[in-house]
Amino acid sequence: MEIDPFIFRLSIFILSIFIGYYVVWSVTPSLHTPLMSVTNAISSVIIVGAIIAALAGVSEDIFETSNIFGFLAIILAAVNIFGGFLVTQRMLQMYKKKKK
Amino acid sequence: MSANLSALFYLISGILFILALRGLSSPETSRQGNFFGIAGMAISIIVTFLSVGNFGPGFVYVLIFLLIGGSIGAFIAFRIPMTAMPELVAGFHSLVGLAAVFVAISAFLKPEAFNLGIVGNIKLASLIEMSLGASIGAITFSGSIIAFLKLRGIMSGSPITFRGQHIINLILGLTIISLTYYLCVSQSANIFWTLLIISFLVGVLLIIPIGGADMPVVISMLNSYSGWAAAGIGFTLENTALIITGALVGSSGAILSYIMCKGMNRSFFNVILGGWGATDQTSTSQNKEQKPVKNGNADDAAFLMKNASSVIIVPGYGMAVAQAQHALREMVDALKKNGVKVSYAIHPVAGRMPGHMNVLLAEANVPYDEVFELEEINNDFANCDVAYVIGANDVTNPVAKSDPQSPIYGMPVLDVEKSKSVLFVKRSLSPGYAGIDNDLFYRDNTLMLFADAKKMTEEIVKSL
Repeated sequence: MEIDPFIFRLSIFILSIFIGYYVVWSVTPSLHTPLMSVTNAISSVIIVGAIIAALAGVSEDIFETSNIFGFLAIILAAVNIFGGFLVTQRMLQMYKKKKK
Repeated sequence: MSANLSALFYLISGILFILALRGLSSPETSRQGNFFGIAGMAISIIVTFLSVGNFGPGFVYVLIFLLIGGSIGAFIAFRIPMTAMPELVAGFHSLVGLAAVFVAISAFLKPEAFNLGIVGNIKLASLIEMSLGASIGAITFSGSIIAFLKLRGIMSGSPITFRGQHIINLILGLTIISLTYYLCVSQSANIFWTLLIISFLVGVLLIIPIGGADMPVVISMLNSYSGWAAAGIGFTLENTALIITGALVGSSGAILSYIMCKGMNRSFFNVILGGWGATDQTSTSQNKEQKPVKNGNADDAAFLMKNASSVIIVPGYGMAVAQAQHALREMVDALKKNGVKVSYAIHPVAGRMPGHMNVLLAEANVPYDEVFELEEINNDFANCDVAYVIGANDVTNPVAKSDPQSPIYGMPVLDVEKSKSVLFVKRSLSPGYAGIDNDLFYRDNTLMLFADAKKMTEEIVKSL
């Protein structure tokens, strides 16, 4: 009997939770704010869905309701991607060692 | 691009995202980690363009929208002051939540585009995943908006509670579950819209009863939600990068919430079910008898610290509000010139988000190896001459160790009172967010400096 692909995705999901658990515990507490902004940036990978929504299966009319929601989601996710990564970068630049 | 090839690339993005978080284990590797994250994001976006393979007029629009959103994001990222990080992060969470909702709506309206079936006959599993993603996304969105308004000060930070609140939330939660069931049975668009509206409502109701001091937990929790929403959409789109990222972000936010709750010695449910401030207002008002307080000025403080051999600085949210971090650094520089050993002690829940104080100190060019966590430095207070408490209150209250009746009993606190003398910069004697009096104010070795944190620190610099 064949295994449903959903089970594979579920396995990836659960294993990733475990990876997340161990990786996040090893983050130093002084970098918890950059951790939040970078997780926020990477969760904007939801833009993948937004691009599909905007472009896939397009008929003559590229501004059907479903596409418009795709375009809107692209704007939101793009704000987050650029904003999230750049503000993280800006913060990380400030963490410096003592000048000897 | 074939589906298998793009799936492999999505896996690579997922791994790069893991490495981005891994990099944060130390400040030296963190910048490299951030580049891994950017690379992973770039790969995901390019692969999606190639696999959709539509480079018609729509593609141009997508690029334009990407550019618009990107410029707005970049503008915000460069302009935002570091003190406003908590509200920025809350605002960004709301965008992820809303994006998840929009993608789910689009998938519901046009399931063919996502290979999920046809309108009115969407695959059952996809429908469940979609409504989960949409519902969590909607809760993340409206919850983050409320958190943003509270942090920004547009909405009062005090908890808003009313009778039957928890029962209403419970009923709404059950309604969401049953609506999901009926949606699967009927595939009706109306039920889908109702589901979204109720989820938005739940987000609002969930956050309004939580008070200002509990914001670190709220932000971490919403961080976690935004991850689960992304994972839900990832299942719908059968996209590995989204599933991996969702799981990472979800567990990251959950761990941060746990650390924050532990920093306050409160259970997660205790925080969610309503704030401290609401219940303890009465106990403060009856405790109004005047106790003697030693009142000092900048010259006294400068004299004490100049002649000390070691000083520990305890920053709190008040430092952020007064933007006193730069003045503080100047003061420390002046002290170091006098041969005083200075270090910083950070309580896990100081500020309005995890790591808030660390970022502000880093902004003021304080080297991160002078900044210590509670467990690392708490024993040093006994050997230190002066503790300079700037804008912190509840996290130094010794009552957490001595009085089992106190609402903060059991909360880990900084042992500030063990140092030879304590300088307490504060605008007034008013209690902190926990609504309880701080015993420390009336101790013999405490000198109160009543002033704005920044002004006082600047005056001390002058008299040094």
